[in-house]
Amino acid sequence: MEIVVKEFKHCNVIEINGRVDSSTAPQLSQTLDKVCDQGHFKLVLDMTGLEYMSSAGFRALLATQRTCKRYNRGEVVLAAVPTRIREALELAGFTELFKSYDDALSAVGSF
Amino acid sequence: MKEAKYSADFNNLDAIRDFVGEAAEEAGFSGREMYSVQLAADEACSNIIEHAYEDIPNGEIEIACKVETGQITIIIHDHGKEFDITQVRKPNLSRDLSEREVGGLGVYLIHQLMDEVRFSSSKKNGNTLTMIKRKSGAL
Repeated sequence: MEIVVKEFKHCNVIEINGRVDSSTAPQLSQTLDKVCDQGHFKLVLDMTGLEYMSSAGFRALLATQRTCKRYNRGEVVLAAVPTRIREALELAGFTELFKSYDDALSAVGSF
Repeated sequence: MKEAKYSADFNNLDAIRDFVGEAAEEAGFSGREMYSVQLAADEACSNIIEHAYEDIPNGEIEIACKVETGQITIIIHDHGKEFDITQVRKPNLSRDLSEREVGGLGVYLIHQLMDEVRFSSSKKNGNTLTMIKRKSGAL
């Protein structure tokens, strides 16, 4: 798994590439926590390069969404979610908790 | 029947997904079905590593894949603490964000992704999880 954080004027874009499972999810959580600790709560998770995500990754997304939405200070939105991952998120009932956009540009534009 | 043994380490999840993925491919499963089988095996093994082998060093996970016409059976065996995933409470998915439960999600996914899930445990033989996935359209 590889994560790239890009800071924009109105939000941060976080590219998550490769595979997120119980082995790599802690690294994802740490990165997301760090971004929030720096006072950024409007986050776009760009999943263009994401190949796989298990429930360990879903838990990291959920924890970050809770942090970001607190005090209405922001939100986590998803961009370019690959089909298989979207299907798994749907099974887990997660699609109602995250707005999803076709690509990172539209997601950035939503903030 | 294909068999493989892995040490109970999250770093082996990649290899475990590859192993069951190959069997699913051999069974003629679609890419979507293959992903389901890989995700279910990952969630099951993650649970074993996290719960069954909690505080138990050098644990091992044995996996067997049996490919038959239109279906694949995955048998996962461990010698850790008894952790019956068929008894795990279903998480309440209808709750809103603040109340959403974090636990039980992997187990819930396994039940959603696979057609049959069975668990057996004995002091002598350890824990055995059997999961069956049928090819869509095959019954």
